[in-house]
Amino acid sequence: MTEAVSTQRKKIHPHKFTLWIGIGSIIMMFAGLTSAYIVKGSMAGFTTVQMPQLFYYSTAVMLISSFTMQWGLKSFKERSMQQYRRLLTVTMILGLAFIAMQLIGFSQLWEAGTKMKGSTGAGQFLYVIFGLHAVHVLGGIIALIVMFIKAFSARIRNYNSVPVEVMSTYWHFVDLLWVYLFVFFLFKL
Amino acid sequence: MSHGHAEVITTHEVHHDEHGAHHHHQSFITKYIFSQDHKIIAKQFLITGMIWAIIGGLMSVLFRLQLGYPDQTFPWLEDILGNWARGGKITPENYYALVTMHGTILVFFVLTGGLSGTFANFLIPLQCGARDMASPMMNMLSYWFFFGGSIVMLSSLFIQTGPFSGGWTAYPPLSALGDASPGSKTGMDLWITAMAMFVVSSLLGGLNYVSTVLNLRTKGMSMTRLPLTIWALFFTAVLGILSFPVLLSGFILLLFDRHAGTSFYLSDIYIAATNQALPNEGGSAILYQHLFWFLGHPEVYIILLPAMGMASEILSVNSRKPIFGYMAMVGSLFAITILAFLVWAHHMFVTGLNPFLGSVFVLLTLLIAVPSAIKVFNWLTTIWKANIKFTPGMLFALGFVSLFISGGLTGIFLGNSTLDIHLHDTYFVIAHFHIVMGVSAFFGMFAGIYHWFPKMYGRFMNNTMAYIHFWGTLIGAYLIFWPMHYEGLAGMPRRYLDYSNWSSFNQFADLNRFISTVAMIVFALQLLFVFNFFYSIWKGRKVTTLNPWDATTLEWTTPIHPGHGNWEGEIPEVHRWAYDYSKDGRDFIPQTEPIGPNESKH
Repeated sequence: MTEAVSTQRKKIHPHKFTLWIGIGSIIMMFAGLTSAYIVKGSMAGFTTVQMPQLFYYSTAVMLISSFTMQWGLKSFKERSMQQYRRLLTVTMILGLAFIAMQLIGFSQLWEAGTKMKGSTGAGQFLYVIFGLHAVHVLGGIIALIVMFIKAFSARIRNYNSVPVEVMSTYWHFVDLLWVYLFVFFLFKL
Repeated sequence: MSHGHAEVITTHEVHHDEHGAHHHHQSFITKYIFSQDHKIIAKQFLITGMIWAIIGGLMSVLFRLQLGYPDQTFPWLEDILGNWARGGKITPENYYALVTMHGTILVFFVLTGGLSGTFANFLIPLQCGARDMASPMMNMLSYWFFFGGSIVMLSSLFIQTGPFSGGWTAYPPLSALGDASPGSKTGMDLWITAMAMFVVSSLLGGLNYVSTVLNLRTKGMSMTRLPLTIWALFFTAVLGILSFPVLLSGFILLLFDRHAGTSFYLSDIYIAATNQALPNEGGSAILYQHLFWFLGHPEVYIILLPAMGMASEILSVNSRKPIFGYMAMVGSLFAITILAFLVWAHHMFVTGLNPFLGSVFVLLTLLIAVPSAIKVFNWLTTIWKANIKFTPGMLFALGFVSLFISGGLTGIFLGNSTLDIHLHDTYFVIAHFHIVMGVSAFFGMFAGIYHWFPKMYGRFMNNTMAYIHFWGTLIGAYLIFWPMHYEGLAGMPRRYLDYSNWSSFNQFADLNRFISTVAMIVFALQLLFVFNFFYSIWKGRKVTTLNPWDATTLEWTTPIHPGHGNWEGEIPEVHRWAYDYSKDGRDFIPQTEPIGPNESKH
């Protein structure tokens, strides 16, 4: 039986694997939405909007947060917990800043006259798709908060790196997803 | 939820402890209600699905009553249904609500949740040789999302404006505009909420099924030694994971159209009921149809593949012969999974799709006949010259093959876009999909329940009742749906409340009454099955041997009443594939038996 355990150990951890499949399923959801955009975008009377400048900055924030997350994982593996906690906090703040910037970007678009009612163009798709992405970032932030509490809890000492690895994979994924969506809209607008 | 569960969650550690089955004390609530044991969750899915099947089946009895006797009133209907049947006659709005909810309930809550929810949960850990799912917690959440969605969907039956009534596919504008019909108001909001919860449940379940099959197989259980049930349930989960999110994105856009006034799906609409022209412009209802059917067609195979897998297993066990063409079976399951994603637009041949695009989808659709025919051929060659044991499970598996052939052949008619001009939205379509995915998936499910009931409850179901159930349902299913093909070929459209004023279809009045009568009898027979099921849980004949069917697979190496963790002691090691029946003069060789020195190759 010990042999069976050792062969299983070589495999990817089931939680990481589950995350990868989950990522596949999220990709399908956004693939559905962006292909809906392509279908509608080729129809007559489709209006486009100006991408708010702020979204360039939010892209930068997202990319930096991915970097801090990765650095955090590295610190965790090196058992430098002080640094891990600091980087976790920074990642969380950057994530919240990203969502705040998205909301401000939406309100700028709204002020500029892109409303929900009436005929639908790129603006409405942008609200829905970017909004849904922000919801996924929010989910990541909630997971970060849980890990944050765990990291500061004095009672439990846990050096199992799997949860941190799962977290960082998800975070890189929402980062990459954002880059894809941003570039998609840059080309399409 | 103490020590034991923590072990099961980190499944790797479980292999270390000497007693895999956990004997710690659990309260009734953690053992039977908020359980993380895959076997209990499977039973929860099964019984919830059975309750839904009774509700959905009763709905079909009610609208068949209307279709069979359009000129009569039934005052007792008003007593039980109230406003739905004022004066003893089902109102047109509620007739639509009944057919819509019948479709939604049967397709999603019975044949998806109830079928793959039950058997994926029950069989994957047992037949792969795992203590539990990769994440028992997510598995439990999967059931409770299903339960929550069920409650929301059920509650929509009791609101004043009634449940959603625009067809189970929920096409806009009926699904997008509250003013379009009574059912489009709160009923649709509840429908979409329930469906969103259902999608979450399916995804949580599916993630677990895939990661369990790929990661938690016991030692020696290579992929090609897996029973075909597991292969089928695996591909089912893959289909769900890749298609349900797309449905969800379709629903999200629909929600915005409903409540934020966007025009993703709406354009140039005038509502007669409120005498109002809407400002929506540039939307496309076809877009919704694409997003819906990108799930909707894989959904057909999500329903059918588990039935195929279970039928393969049960046919082989009761024929005492290895399954014919194991790799071809796996290959055709894979081919069906791929093709399932490439044929969705054949549901849209006449809704305004580009005819050239249609011709591509005709080709891809007809290609599905190839793997389907391979499977049928292999089932028939498996039972060819076999010494068949006609257990109830075996009978239902044979019935499944029969129905799959009958229903599959009419699919070739409907897959042609030119023939579809005549046949679309007629009773021919109703007959086709009810036989090929409705009744045949039900037969696969019944086969599975009769076959694995001894493992689920440690007792057998009553055989006499099972035989009455089988023959009545098989004959009844053909008597109900065979005549519908003729009605459909004559052009009789679906979704109409009353055909008596239509001289072309008057001639079918007697036939409709006949169909309705048989439908009621068949419904009553299903109640006999439900009685048999619950009666046998407590009063059925007890299972006295570990392996009552003399099967090779791992689930029959567990104790008669397996605890959470499935095996006492170590998980058995696997040395051979799952189909060594009638080999080297032996009736069967379990998967756990090492290959002998003089054993012949299969």
